[in-house]
Amino acid sequence: MGSRKLLLLVMILGLSQISKAQSPTYGVGRTPTAEEIRKLDISIGPDGKELPPGRGTAVEGAGVFVRKACFGCHGETGSGGPAPTLIKSDGKTKSPYPCLNPCVNDSNVMALRAPYATTIWDYINRAMPLTKEGTLKPNEVYALTAYLLYKNGIIKEDEVMDAQSLPKVKMPNRDHFALAPEWKHGTPRLQGYP
Amino acid sequence: MSSKLSGRRRFLRDSAALVGLAAGAGVVPPADAQMPPAEAPPKECKDNKDLIAYGERSHYVKSVRIPVAERMSPDEFGMTFHVLSPIQDSVGIITASSLHYVATHRGSYVPDINPQEHRLMIHGMVDRPLILTMDELKRLPYVTRVHFLECSGNRAKPTHKTVQQTHGMTSCSEWTGVLLSLLLKEAGVQSGASYVVAEGAETVKGATSLPLEKVMDDCLVCYGQNGEPVRPQHGFPLRLIVPGYEGIHNVKYLRRIKVVDKHYMTYNDYGHLATDARVAALTRQVGPKSVITFPSGEQKLPGPGFYEITGLAWSGSGAIRSVDISLDGGQNWTPAELRSPAFPMAHTRFGFHWTWDGKECVIMSRCTDELGTVQPTRAEIAKYWNVPNDKDLQIKGLDNSVFPWRVASDGSVHNGLA
Repeated sequence: MGSRKLLLLVMILGLSQISKAQSPTYGVGRTPTAEEIRKLDISIGPDGKELPPGRGTAVEGAGVFVRKACFGCHGETGSGGPAPTLIKSDGKTKSPYPCLNPCVNDSNVMALRAPYATTIWDYINRAMPLTKEGTLKPNEVYALTAYLLYKNGIIKEDEVMDAQSLPKVKMPNRDHFALAPEWKHGTPRLQGYP
Repeated sequence: MSSKLSGRRRFLRDSAALVGLAAGAGVVPPADAQMPPAEAPPKECKDNKDLIAYGERSHYVKSVRIPVAERMSPDEFGMTFHVLSPIQDSVGIITASSLHYVATHRGSYVPDINPQEHRLMIHGMVDRPLILTMDELKRLPYVTRVHFLECSGNRAKPTHKTVQQTHGMTSCSEWTGVLLSLLLKEAGVQSGASYVVAEGAETVKGATSLPLEKVMDDCLVCYGQNGEPVRPQHGFPLRLIVPGYEGIHNVKYLRRIKVVDKHYMTYNDYGHLATDARVAALTRQVGPKSVITFPSGEQKLPGPGFYEITGLAWSGSGAIRSVDISLDGGQNWTPAELRSPAFPMAHTRFGFHWTWDGKECVIMSRCTDELGTVQPTRAEIAKYWNVPNDKDLQIKGLDNSVFPWRVASDGSVHNGLA
């Protein structure tokens, strides 16, 4: 096949692709710019493809934990505060606070229960610290995530967390969770359940 | 006194009296009959400008929401956690917006969002990413539907006294908005997409992963609730309604929909993480569930005689088809009547004529939805999981078990699990 014929074939294929894509019916609203999408899109999926550039280690994270006053709600050792337990405690000191949802106690330490490290990064980034949500720099979020992973015995103290290494961290609960089965219209919530 | 009445009002009152006399004129009164004492005129409330602009209920009506016992709302930081709807006082199927239950995942503030500045962005695996203002959303074809919401924590405990405590984290509203499927078709979903991440604009930017199949089926992007804009506690100016799914999926303050190719395991998703796919299913869609709201805990029957047992039934799988009542702790069941339209995934009101003989009894309701799924008893659930049916039974997923009220011989009503 000559190169001109090939070009023609590619063009025809390309055109048919375009005609296959449905055009909008109402045309209301506008297209966001790439910059607008980048600013608003804070969702980090399990494969970490949306993670921004940056890096951090547990040692740096220990400093951020103090500097950003995380200990004020989560306790100096990462447990025993009114906010969820972040670091599994020795099991001897009981928190004086009631079990919140998700539970503040050892059974629900995020680093031990979340199947992906990206969930921790995503949540610290979007929702911490209280009243200053969304103000942490990527390096600080990487460092805090590394600190929580290290203190719960998942990574080494000097391991660098960045966009490449974070999604690869093998979380303790990685293979011990289940998603709901595929959803279909007009089906009961669980076949065979009374 | 009458001099204070306007001429028109006096005319109306006097005419009414004349009509009353005329109606009695043809009847020969018994010899000893006396005219009844003149009825005191009703007290009147003066309206002020505010009440003309936006009405209030009678000051005799005291029904209010209460925070859950486990955590105060507002808490010491001024955040709301979980607040229970007074369903013991509910009538019909629509919950007044001001009495609708409220739940937030970790406790959060109600954001003060200017609708002129609010935007909804749709992006990810779509051909044409889209940003819409509230005015633009309202230009699009809309639907109005009645749907319930229920928090997965809506679970009766033996320590609970009232139906507000046992079942108060469910409510039902008329919702108005645009089908999310319309918006996604407008944006053009790409092949390979399987989930969406929906995200709110509040400080914690609460997000949830939803199967694309459900999103394209019946999810609504709502700006209207019960004839007015969605209230701030319920997501003003825009919220997602995921009919029949537990409350946490119904993202408030909706600002972003991202179309993706996998479950994204957001913080909210992880918060309800299950180790067993069966539990995960029971924690997503609400099963058929019902409860008697009268007579219910801490109410008192004045004595034997006729009462109308009434309550609410709902299912995340569709419309309610029937409700049965037991007056003997679940041994015998008799059909109740449906007293309202039975909309899909909506509260449905039932009623049952009952003449109480004054003896202690245990009353319960049981519903069946349009798929034929029957609300299970605690015994049936224990059998399914092969665990003992005792007071320690922890029902997995959202608890939709049949709930008993014990009516004591003095007419007092008590939690049948206690």
